[in-house]
Amino acid sequence: MFGSDPHTGFILASYAVTVITLGLVAGWIVVDHRTQKARLADLEARGITRRSARGGDLSS
Amino acid sequence: MALTDLANPTRFIALVARALPWLAAATAIVMAIAFYLAFFGSPADYQQGSTVRIMYVHVPSAWLSLFCYALMAAASIGTLVWRHPLADVSAKAAAPIGAAFTFICLATGSLWGRPMWGTWWIWDARLTSQLILLLMYLGLMALWRAVDDPGRAGRAAAVLTLVGTINLPIIKFSVDWWNTLHQPASVFRLDGPTIHPSILTPLLVAAIAFTLLFVTLHLAAMRNEILRRRVRAMQMVAAQREMPTGAAPVPGE
Repeated sequence: MFGSDPHTGFILASYAVTVITLGLVAGWIVVDHRTQKARLADLEARGITRRSARGGDLSS
Repeated sequence: MALTDLANPTRFIALVARALPWLAAATAIVMAIAFYLAFFGSPADYQQGSTVRIMYVHVPSAWLSLFCYALMAAASIGTLVWRHPLADVSAKAAAPIGAAFTFICLATGSLWGRPMWGTWWIWDARLTSQLILLLMYLGLMALWRAVDDPGRAGRAAAVLTLVGTINLPIIKFSVDWWNTLHQPASVFRLDGPTIHPSILTPLLVAAIAFTLLFVTLHLAAMRNEILRRRVRAMQMVAAQREMPTGAAPVPGE
């Protein structure tokens, strides 16, 4: 690979920054999805419905 | 399903639910190939040595930082002109992802610049305009959070996004217009790429992998934003129910 390259640390750091940053974004999206689903389920359990859902229009 | 059916958020969510597993799998496979080619399937550059491998994450991130902003600009036109229900959702969902790719571009560029240029940073036109792009992403994200009403926030952000598009040609052509330390374009050129195929191929595979990742993350983030707006609408219904009879709503709500 590139073990003897004097700049190995810079290369590995670049890939680490990339993987960590994109991993954080992906993780945030997954957590956010679970949060929104849980909030929706909670509201629906309380009998709250969207106006559009009641009227049959699914556009909001 | 007609394309116009995607204007309906409920149908859009159903489509995303079906597409996401396939997109995620395709992203994982192509990303694995890209990383294999980057580390094992490509030679060291005759000048840069192995630091050329940083380019396989730096260049796709740079391309996607621009592509993402261009997508937001197109969505902003959809918000302001056609008031498409998903246009504002698309722009808002894209901003953090674009900011992430811009940050990666700047960070990996800095990590490449230290051994190759002898400096972490220089106020070069390309680097500075790319930093401005990051600040614009962060500013737009702050604007969306600062205004409570998603519709008003979306229209304000759309105007700001369109104003910011002036930065895209500046980033792209900065290396031609000014005397910069950053090298000029070496892939998208009228006379063809100047990179050897042994390095160009892994770069293009990495670009495909990053683009697939962007599409996957963007669709997932759009789905979240639609759900968030549903939660907000339902919370407002709940608040109205719980409001005492005769009480007036707060102005502006």
